[in-house]
Amino acid sequence: MRALAERFREILGDDGVITDPVRLRTYECDGLTVHRATPGIVVLPGTAEQIAEIVRECNAARTPYIARGSGTGLSGGALPRADGVLIVTSRMRRIIEIDVANQRAVVEPGVTNLAISQAARPHGYYYAPDPSSQQICSIGGNVAENSGGAHCLKYGFTVNHVLACEIVTPDGEITWLGGGDPGYDLLGAFIGSEGTLGIATKVVVRLTRTPEAVLTLLAAFDGIERGGRAVSAIIGAGIVPAAIEMMDALAIEAAEAAVGCGYPEGAGAVLIVELDGPEAEVRHQFERVETICAEAGAFELRVARDDAERAAVWTGRKSAFAAVGRISPAYIVQDGVVPRTALPEVLAAIDALSADYGIRVANVFHAGDGNLHPLVLFDDAVPGEGTRAEEVSGRILDLCVEHGGSITGEHGVGVDKSRYMTKMFGDDDLDTMQLLRCAFDPMNLCNPGKVFPTPRLCGEAPGVRRGVHPLVASGEAELF
Amino acid sequence: MDGGATGPAGGHGDVGAALRAACADVRPAGEGDAVSGVAASWVVTPRSAEEAAAVMRASARHDLAVVPTGAGTKLDWGAPPNRLDVILRTSGLTGDVEHAPGDLVARVPAGMALSDLAGVLAEHGQQLVLDDPTGSATVGGALATATAGPRRLLYGTARDLLIGITVVRPDGAITRSGGKVVKNVAGYDLGKLYTGSYGTLGLIVDATFRLHPLPAARAFVTAVYAGAEEAARAAHQVAGSQAVASAVEVERTGPGAPVSVAVLLEGVPEGVAARSQAVRRILGYDSQVAADPPVWWGRLPSLDGGVLVEVTFPLSALGRVLAAIDEAAGRAGARPAVRGSGAGALCLGLLPDVEPSVPAEFVPLLRAELGPLGGHVVVRRAPDPVRPRLDLWGPVAALPLMRRVKERFDPGYRVSPGRFAGGI
Ligand SMILES: Cc1cc2nc3c(=O)[nH]c(=O)nc-3n(C[C@H](O)[C@H](O)[C@H](O)COP(=O)(O)OP(=O)(O)OC[C@H]3O[C@@H](n4cnc5c(N)ncnc54)[C@H](O)[C@@H]3O)c2cc1C
Repeated sequence: MRALAERFREILGDDGVITDPVRLRTYECDGLTVHRATPGIVVLPGTAEQIAEIVRECNAARTPYIARGSGTGLSGGALPRADGVLIVTSRMRRIIEIDVANQRAVVEPGVTNLAISQAARPHGYYYAPDPSSQQICSIGGNVAENSGGAHCLKYGFTVNHVLACEIVTPDGEITWLGGGDPGYDLLGAFIGSEGTLGIATKVVVRLTRTPEAVLTLLAAFDGIERGGRAVSAIIGAGIVPAAIEMMDALAIEAAEAAVGCGYPEGAGAVLIVELDGPEAEVRHQFERVETICAEAGAFELRVARDDAERAAVWTGRKSAFAAVGRISPAYIVQDGVVPRTALPEVLAAIDALSADYGIRVANVFHAGDGNLHPLVLFDDAVPGEGTRAEEVSGRILDLCVEHGGSITGEHGVGVDKSRYMTKMFGDDDLDTMQLLRCAFDPMNLCNPGKVFPTPRLCGEAPGVRRGVHPLVASGEAELF
Repeated sequence: MDGGATGPAGGHGDVGAALRAACADVRPAGEGDAVSGVAASWVVTPRSAEEAAAVMRASARHDLAVVPTGAGTKLDWGAPPNRLDVILRTSGLTGDVEHAPGDLVARVPAGMALSDLAGVLAEHGQQLVLDDPTGSATVGGALATATAGPRRLLYGTARDLLIGITVVRPDGAITRSGGKVVKNVAGYDLGKLYTGSYGTLGLIVDATFRLHPLPAARAFVTAVYAGAEEAARAAHQVAGSQAVASAVEVERTGPGAPVSVAVLLEGVPEGVAARSQAVRRILGYDSQVAADPPVWWGRLPSLDGGVLVEVTFPLSALGRVLAAIDEAAGRAGARPAVRGSGAGALCLGLLPDVEPSVPAEFVPLLRAELGPLGGHVVVRRAPDPVRPRLDLWGPVAALPLMRRVKERFDPGYRVSPGRFAGGI
């Protein structure tokens, strides 16, 4: 490690390399604070060339390396290793180009998600994916996690808005993915690979025209069931809102305690429906949404007609994760997906789990696409409660898989959920993913130990082992 | 020729028996069972993923080169395979569509035609927004060649709509990635790799897509311009406007000819009416609003065996790209018909009877012209006499990485070998 740090100082200068134990601790975890490790070395490169050099040095020393953006990840993707190097992109914050004529921007990986929209806004454009962490999280982290946001129901995820990436490959080469290449969509496969296939050093994003009209509705129901009925009816009417978000009674209670969002009193569930697009479309569809919500039993409808009113409606929802801190000493933020039509059944099952284990669960979810964020509340001062909360949290993922959904909709697998991967995928499926991994990172040094349950060495990737070599195969039927 | 147990020496009999053990529908290849002029020995038509997997395993054991084919609309696209034993037809991989209207998703067998799928989904007022420029492509074929049509402008292409996929690997393992929900980031999204793979990584057996509601109303606004620059300006302005067009297409029958611009608007009747007027204000008062598309809409400029070239470029370069096409065409003596999207993707067609020296000159000239504009030129299809004289793919930045992916997935180079760039 010491020799490596020396080499890094030659490449980056003294202020680009951190080895002081106290300062290293700053980087010991991401947004999932239960997993911690002090990194061996932290480097703060400023260019792609420097990252390429760092990666080549790591390869030569057989030392694992991990990229880190802003460290807001919620699955431990950027969890460092004591025997590894953490490559932090916080000095790569340049917006290289806002290219309005081509509706795109070229940015460095450390640029925050929101900064792109802010730079584009004067031109009438914005960057569509909007994770709730957008003020802090980096575009490089978004690329790695294929991050979504409240508005991805209509607009899609990071993968639908990134046109090309310059990356440093695990070989230490600089190359471009996307941007006109025919053939395998390596850009698409890179996005969402959680930093295991290389490090993004430039990102070309699509800019979206700021919508002409935005209308937001807050509908209050006596409970989740009626709210869910409204969601089904909206989708059934052929309407694709920009966002449909739901909160249950406990989540509302927390939000009121934290930010005093002033949602209708007595609401057992609130639904936020936002429509955007051309004025004439939005106005017409909004009336239908209002009617649908009323028919489904909403006892109060509030319409936000300008940005200030809209912000008021969203305050409660956007604060929900942090807000539960007001009603519970500790909590787990879960992220799972079910087919939207299975929501009522799964929510009922979560209720039952909660009662069984005596653990409260607050539900906040992207109702339009079935992405649940159950907040599992517990008191770590009460013996055994933490363990029971973890069990409930795990059982919720089981429910998601049983109903044909996913163990993660946007927070990623990281270290947190790698053991759940076998519940969604069989050995052959995971082996095939490993083939891609080995094609990019044969030495298994690029963010190793994340995403996949039992990492195999590339030489023994089963796809290769079982695939009979053609020379052997010809005439050697007994090998079958 | 009899492909049975009494076949010629060299293990043909064993091969036939092995394939027949794997799949009920196996026949020796006949006249015309070829891919871009390369003749096959066997044609197999599996009826299920399991049968297809058994065929792949048998092929692996006997070192057979396999090329999957769907409806065959694009079989002459890309490069010819550098060897070929088995044509694997996906026409038996049909069966039922698993359509979940309430979830706006559908799982579709790879051998199903996109047009048949459209009928199934329409029963519930839904659609897969993947325009098929050939008119009769299968789902698997559309994915493998990553074709797209006009509405790519608003909805993206196959890779943006695909949420799950089942693929038989070259060694015969049946593997899945993605899932049945739109929002899902568990594991690598291998569907992206297979999209545009020209069948070189395995056999797609089914695919799950995100769907959209069928719009209540649509309108086409069209205008014709004498000059390319003027047409490009109008198209670009519509693409950046608040009309939120589903598609902005251009068409030109040849160099110097007038350029048509057609804009598709979809939505509720009131909205479409208002937006049509807004688009007319951009396209000019000679523009027309119609309920139906122009005849050339969404179709390739050359369906009949001619040279087909795809050009991609940044949005604002349309005018310069049209001028560059004219320039290169003039120097090479070519007369390409042009159709495509204001979203930065044009298709150029040359007639099948074109003198081979013409495209051989035209394509490199075009690449030279478009390079500085950030454009890429890929020859999708070229007839036999023309193909050897062309670099079909042009520069592919990530080719070394793609080759490494191929070598992991198909170390024996047995699945559609050579169909894609660099011998992949
Ligand atoms: C309060 C809160 C709200 C959130 N809301 C949302 C939400 O609504 N939607 C959502 O999707 N997520 C959400 N998240 C999760 C998180 O913000 C996202 O995953 C985000 O994309 C992480 O970005 P980051 O820069 O913090 O990445 P980090 O946490 O630093 O890293 C995340 C992963 O990306 C890799 N990585 C980082 N930079 C690069 C690079 N340049 N190249 C390659 N790999 C890289 C890391 O190795 C790691 O695996 C939320 C998090 C918090 C704390």
